[in-house]
Amino acid sequence: MTAITVSGLTVAYNGHPVVDDVSLEVPDGAWVCLIGPNGAGKTTVLRALSGAVPYRGSVAMGGSDLAGLGRRAASRIVAVVPQDPVVPPGMAAADYVLLGRTPHLGYLAAETIGDRRIVWEVMERLDCADLAERRLDRLSGGERQRVVLARALAQEPSVLLLDEPTSALDIGHQQHVLELVEGLRRERGVTVVSALHDLTLAAQYAERLVLLDRGVIVADGSPDAVLTEDALSRFSGAKVEILRSADGSPVVVPRRQP
Amino acid sequence: MTATPAPLRLALLAGGGLAAALVIGLMVGPASLGPGEVLAEVADRMPFVSLDSGLSEREASILWDIRAPRVVLGMLVGAALAGSGAAYQGVFRNPLADPYLLGVAAGAGLGATIVIVFAGPGSVLVPLAAFVGAIAAVVATYGLGAAAGGRRTGLTLILAGVAMASFLTALQTFVQQQNTDVIREVYSWILGRLGTAGWGEVRLMLPYAAVSFVALVLHRRLLDVLAVGEEEAGTLGVRPALVRGVVVVAASLAAAAAVAVAGLIGFVGIIVPHTVRLLAGPSYRRIVPLSLVAGAAFLVLADVAARSVLSPAEIPIGVVTAFVGGPFFLLVLRTARKGLA
Repeated sequence: MTAITVSGLTVAYNGHPVVDDVSLEVPDGAWVCLIGPNGAGKTTVLRALSGAVPYRGSVAMGGSDLAGLGRRAASRIVAVVPQDPVVPPGMAAADYVLLGRTPHLGYLAAETIGDRRIVWEVMERLDCADLAERRLDRLSGGERQRVVLARALAQEPSVLLLDEPTSALDIGHQQHVLELVEGLRRERGVTVVSALHDLTLAAQYAERLVLLDRGVIVADGSPDAVLTEDALSRFSGAKVEILRSADGSPVVVPRRQP
Repeated sequence: MTATPAPLRLALLAGGGLAAALVIGLMVGPASLGPGEVLAEVADRMPFVSLDSGLSEREASILWDIRAPRVVLGMLVGAALAGSGAAYQGVFRNPLADPYLLGVAAGAGLGATIVIVFAGPGSVLVPLAAFVGAIAAVVATYGLGAAAGGRRTGLTLILAGVAMASFLTALQTFVQQQNTDVIREVYSWILGRLGTAGWGEVRLMLPYAAVSFVALVLHRRLLDVLAVGEEEAGTLGVRPALVRGVVVVAASLAAAAAVAVAGLIGFVGIIVPHTVRLLAGPSYRRIVPLSLVAGAAFLVLADVAARSVLSPAEIPIGVVTAFVGGPFFLLVLRTARKGLA
């Protein structure tokens, strides 16, 4: 089954195309990673997939057209972890995760015990149940990222969109968050599309990388096929060396200019 | 850990405070009535209860025809101002938002001034004109926000409100300066008062207040969803513009009705929701209902002060709310900071 089918996706800001004719198929339960230099359009593609920006072309989730689904139905399928989530000052972590139940509630309905139980389970699963009563704005970067991920998971989505989920974290917490996402993918068959800066991590977790440059897909395939010294020099302007780790996955190492 | 007290305790506190305020409001006045007598007289009016309060016919008439309408009106106006203030703060994610943000005050002021000038002071048309002016101002602000921003985000609406308010205030000042003989009348309207003649004002305001209060309380969860911003609220399946529209209409209706019957009473719409927020935490699930109750209690007590401090003369209630509210708010801010830091 195909979880996401994107064809001819074009997004323009003020008449300027920032994503141009992108087509992509993501199978159920896959992890696809968008890579590319700053401003390549990774975030915009993710925003279009969540229906947050107007676009031309078509996006289908699980066979139904995103635009025809309506916001509420779409938000039951797709959950988003933004790069820079809005942190409401003073809000308790559990109350924040509870917002993730919104797609399953009627317009004026209140949450039930069942919704609170789901929130609790999700927070347990992501090792953040002990943070439930804590204020969101007083959490560390790693703690907060787990809580934001918990809110997305409380939506019980089949597609998870992650925009740079590790950008504010140290290497240990980066690994922790990506391992949690990988666990969810295996356990629940969640389809994951993420943007990641760290190419080595991207190669380790995603089975497929999509390299964007100026809004256009310039390479699409396995990490081995996409991560070449030539491509990274052409599109990221980076001088790098591709090494192999013990398990054979590519490791991208910057090379200092002589 | 958060230092927010249990919701039940806060609800009981607010409810108890309101009940006490009501009894005090009914007791205090030139003819002093005892708390036992007041309670017995009120209980006597309840279904299935028959009590002899011991009040004379004249005292009972003072209670029911003079004090009770005024106390009930204070309750409605206080709840309307505090509730709509809380709603505006949630919808615009701006702690400085108050019920007058979108031009309600300026529109009502213009409407009232025009009627006072052309129909003479004390006209029965003043509340109606103020109400129409307030609603017209909000509608115009909404239209202006759309014309200016294309997308009606919270920010374009606030800016449109500022522009609309200064435009309408300029018009109001102009009309007033052309007719200096009514300045006193206009000024006393602007300072706000709860002077009533029987139950007329209560009947005028009740339908708007009731509809608005119900709508605001029903939207309390969605105000929490809006706290994560337009885009994220959208990815949670909510249409922020729709929620904002409904809440703004409901809040403006309550604010306009309050301004129409009581003039401009400042500060309540900011101080009460913030005090509630400091005590009950940032969730609008608690802030909205508690603000309605606390606002009602606060304004009833402020009115007791307004009519008893210089008795038999009255101080404008807007002066009391600002005079008492300002320092009280600073006190709450100080103690809450200490407790939460």
